[in-house]
Formats: sequence, C-alpha cells, structure tokens
Amino acid sequence: MEGALVEGQWPAWFAASRQRGWDDFQKLPAPAAKDEKWRFSNVKALALDGFRYPGAVGKAAALVERSTGLGESAARFVFGNNRLLSATAPAVDLVKAGLVVMTIEEAATKHADLVQKHFMAQDAKLGSAKYAALHRSGPVNGVFIRVPKDLEVPHPIEIFHWVEGAGAAVFPHTLVICERHSKATVVDCFRSADDAPAFACGVNDLVVEEGAKLNYVAVQQWGPATTAFHLNSTTVGRDAACLGMQVNLGGKFVRNENYSRMVAEGARSDMLSVNIAAGDQMIDQRTFQDHAKPNATSDLLYQNALTGKGRTVFSGVIRVEPGAHKTDAYQKVRNIVLSDEAEANSMPGLEIEADDVRCTHGATTAQVDDRELFYLLARGIRPEAAQQLLVMGFFNTVLDRLPETRLRGHIESLVEARLSAALRG
Amino acid sequence: MQHLKIDNLHVSIGDREILRGLNLDLPTGQVHAIMGPNGSGKSTLAKVIAGHPDYTVTSGDVLFDGESILEMEPDVRARKGIFLAFQYPSEIPGVTIANFLRAALQARLPEGEELEATEYYAKLYEKMDLLEMPRTFTSRAVNEGFSGGEKKRCEILQMAMLQPTFALLDETDSGLDIDALKIVSHGVNSLRGPATGMLVITHYQRLLNYIVPDVVHVMVNGRIVESGTKELALKLEAEGYDWANEPESEAVGA
Repeated sequence: MEGALVEGQWPAWFAASRQRGWDDFQKLPAPAAKDEKWRFSNVKALALDGFRYPGAVGKAAALVERSTGLGESAARFVFGNNRLLSATAPAVDLVKAGLVVMTIEEAATKHADLVQKHFMAQDAKLGSAKYAALHRSGPVNGVFIRVPKDLEVPHPIEIFHWVEGAGAAVFPHTLVICERHSKATVVDCFRSADDAPAFACGVNDLVVEEGAKLNYVAVQQWGPATTAFHLNSTTVGRDAACLGMQVNLGGKFVRNENYSRMVAEGARSDMLSVNIAAGDQMIDQRTFQDHAKPNATSDLLYQNALTGKGRTVFSGVIRVEPGAHKTDAYQKVRNIVLSDEAEANSMPGLEIEADDVRCTHGATTAQVDDRELFYLLARGIRPEAAQQLLVMGFFNTVLDRLPETRLRGHIESLVEARLSAALRG
Repeated sequence: MQHLKIDNLHVSIGDREILRGLNLDLPTGQVHAIMGPNGSGKSTLAKVIAGHPDYTVTSGDVLFDGESILEMEPDVRARKGIFLAFQYPSEIPGVTIANFLRAALQARLPEGEELEATEYYAKLYEKMDLLEMPRTFTSRAVNEGFSGGEKKRCEILQMAMLQPTFALLDETDSGLDIDALKIVSHGVNSLRGPATGMLVITHYQRLLNYIVPDVVHVMVNGRIVESGTKELALKLEAEGYDWANEPESEAVGA
C-alpha cells in the first residue's frame, strides 16, 4: 500500500491503534486455500498489488448529488476515497436530545472514551483477521453514531461511501451505539464512481444496549472490478433487538463476515442477506451466531440468486455457549441458481454446549420452479420478465422482514434494478 | 366471430397417448362444457391448448381463427387471447397478486408503454368486488396459503382482468363449497359475451347448474364421443359414463 496515509486531526490513541494494525497486518499470514475458513473461496483474488491510498475524488459535487437514497433521512454523510465530501447533521432537536452523528475522525477526539472502548472491540474471528488489521492501519473514515437513552430517531441515518479511480483503496467504518431503549435505523451505501479496479476494506460494529432496537442495512454496490471485505459485528444486550441486512449487488470478489453476539437474556438478532452473484462475481459469506446467555434468539436468513458464472459461499455457525439454555437459533440459506455455470456452496453448522435449546439450520439450492414459471407464462408474461418476477418473489421473503415500508421499497428497487441487469447480462 | 378449433388432435406424455383424435370447434359467444370420467384426458386438453411443455402433440392441430398455435410459446398464446384457469394453481411466494397481474397486463402493452396505475387499480378493485374478494388480497402472495375457494376465485379474477378471447376452465368447481361455487359462477357468467368463448371442463354436472352451457361434450379415452345440449349433462349425471365407454378402450396403452 502506498500513498498519503494520514490526513486530518487524529488523537494519539488512534495513531497507536493504527500502528498496531499495521504491525498485525504484516505479522498475520495471508489466507491459504486449505484453511477451513477459506474453504470454497478464492484466495487468489486477494492479491493487493497495485492498490494504494488514493488522492481525493475528482468530482466531489457530482458524487454528493448522486448520493440519493431514501429522500428523507435524519442525517446524511457522504464520503469519497476516505474523505468526507458532505455532511448533513441531524436536526437541532435530535442533537439537543443527545444524538451524535459525526465522522469517526471527529468522534475519536470528541468522544474519545466511547470510540476507544468500542472501536474494533470485536476481533475478526471468521477468517479475515489480517484484513481487519489492515483496516485498523488504514485511513479509515466513516460515521460514529450514538443514540442516547430512550431516543427514537424518526428517520434513517444514511451514509454513502464512494471509491473513485483505478487502484484506490478505501476503508469505510461505521460504529453505532444504541443506548438503552433507543431506536434507530442506519443505512450504509457502498458505491463506485467508475468501473476501475478498486479495493474496499470496511468494518462496522453495532452495539445495541438493553431494550434498544437497531435496524442496519448495508447496500453494497461496488463496481464490477472491486475486491471488497466487509467485516461486521453486532453486540446485542438484554431485551435488545438488532436487525442487520447485507445486500450484496456489486463487486468482483466480496468477502462478508457477520458476527453477532447475544450478550444478555432476551437479546434478538435478525441476520438477513440478499445477494446477487452474476458474471464472474464471487460473494463469500461467513457468519457466526454467538449465544453467550440464555433465552436469546437469533434468526439468520440468507438468500442468493446466481447467474452467469456467479459463485457464492455461505459458511455459518450457531454457537450456544455453556449455560445459554432456552436459546432459539435459526439459520437458513437458500440459493436459486439460474445458470449451469453458477455455483453455490453452503456449509451450515452448529456448536451447542447447552441443554434445552432449539436450533435449526438448513440450506437449499434450487432452480426456478417449472410449474411456477409455466403459471406466469400462461398469463402472458414473457420468459425474462417471469424469471425476474420469480426471483424478486424469492428475495421479497427476505425484504419483507424490513420493518419500514419506505426503506423496504427503496432496497427492493435497487435489488430489482441489479437483478434486471444481471439477467440480461 | 372467432374460432378455437381442435382438429384430430393426438397428444402423448412420454410414450402414453392421452388424446386420440380429438375434434372440437369453440366459437366466441358460446360456452362449451366438456364432461368425462377421471383419466379421460380433459385436463390434458386444457394444458395442451395453453402450451404446457410436458405434452407432445404427435398429430393434428389447434387453430386460433385458422392459425395454428402449436409452435407458439405459452406466453405468446396467452397474449393472443388464450387463458387457462388452472385446476391446481401454483403458489408464487413473494409475488403479490397486484404485482403479478400488473406484469401480466404490462406484457400486453406495446413496448415502451407503461400501465396506468390508477386505471389499473380501479379495474382490479371492480373485479375483486364482483368476486367478493377483500382489498387486502392484492398484497397477498399469489395463491400462497389460499384456501381452495380463494385459489379458484383468484383464477377467475385473473381471467376478468385479462379478458381472454378463449378461456379454458379446468375443474374450476373442484374443492368449492356451494357458496364459493355460486360466487365463482357469478364471476364467470359476468364474463360471458359475444367476444368470449369458454370451455368449461368438469367432472360433475353440478357446476353446469350455475354456468349453463350452450353445448355439452362427453369425453372418454381421449376423444369426444358425444355432443349435445345441456340436457346431455343431466343424462350423464343420472346414468354415469358407462354407456359412453367405447369397446376399444380396452386397447388403451397397448
């Protein structure tokens, strides 16, 4: 990695953390094909030669203008090549109520205690520790959100991360802390300004404290030549609920790791994902549902549509720690394969060390159902449109889990546009 | 007047012949009923006309106003004006009735033209009222978790929205209680008219008390063995199908 590394005003603790990241990155071995955590993956896709810390984007105003999403948001931050391009802060009454939405850079000083406590507090356990270290060492930027006790944020907080230029490496970071009984929705959007090869290494950490509710959606729309890591963790407290949805529409090689830990009774984690792998895309997903305490629920539903030479990997573990009785854990991955050359690999898994738990897991792979297809054709719907309708129906069973209709509609339209292009592809 | 003409049609599934030289002429403006015992090939006829890929036409033809439709894909046939109300409609998870019907109507518009949403919903609600379907139906996934009666109503709703030239109703009465049967029949009758021909396939005479046919055909072993007026249905009800069994039926499958 080359290029100007440090811009802006970072406190000393952050510089030390960055150095530690660099040391770890150099020390940790690169993933090997025989490593179980990289089974079915493509470790050759991970060569980082030619990527560098990029300069500022050329047309910041144009990218800000293209950062349209929901229309109505509580706050909106736009980043390009690791730099803040535009910030729309929350309304004054929300700020007065204690809502904090600011860049990680600003928060590293202004909320040093909180950021230091939570910044990458969860180790990357699912295979990408080396890339988590790289993230820590890099010019991270992104948003720190603290939702104070009892506050309900009325609209989603939207964050856009753009990458521009051949060889650019970006390090988006999102840290959300929902304090007791608060409620918020956060949408991260990852986009490319062009089709040039790029590298993204993102981390997001969500902390949901007692009785709080957080909905988090990541919409990954990187360009077709991008290699991307997205390493996510959620920590869910007593009677708290976190709904996290990963929507992977872009990228060439995408590694998505989602770790969710239920740290108190009554915690609930919904882990959802919608993925389209087309052309020569590979989407490699590893998940971990970690039940540390009794009476908690986790519900994972990942759905993939594959076409062209698209490949997906799903490897998921439900772990129930000793004493975590009355755990309710579900894990389901469903693949719909639309071409002969596409390949879906699913590896569900359980590690149960408590009695009296209810855990189910399963994986299915199917093609478009012939009877369903004929039914649509018999109504005059053309084959391409019928296939698209059926695959959207397949995805809708996941998208229906989003609690806000406007957000749901927005995500649905992005998925539909990508699917339409992929099927024409 | 338009005609759907079936000319000496022979159809097989695998190496089993199901239709064995079937002839029928359905003009618009009429309702024809086909009655026959189980396994006589009634449903096969409906599915072959709609273009189901499981069946092979070995000889004969199906002509839509003189033009053979056998080389046409199922979606092309449907847009031409053929509608099959399925005996067992498929469940389509995640696709709402509103989106499904919108796609079907959109497919009938010229390229580049968008379906007008207000008119679409006005028409949809009007047809739903006709079939006594609550508005909440539009946001339910097609046929998913529907009762038998709801599925059949949904088929007739689609027919009402798509306004086909020729409608094939495959055992639309099966699985319906008397109230549902009346609602469905009312819906079908309201769609009768000079521009529509209907082929009502049924095992029981009961349906024909509500949808009164112009012509009744008796189908046995893949052929029409007798045609007549609606009184023929009553004869079948009273006497069963034994009288209509051909001696050569023994040869089936040989």
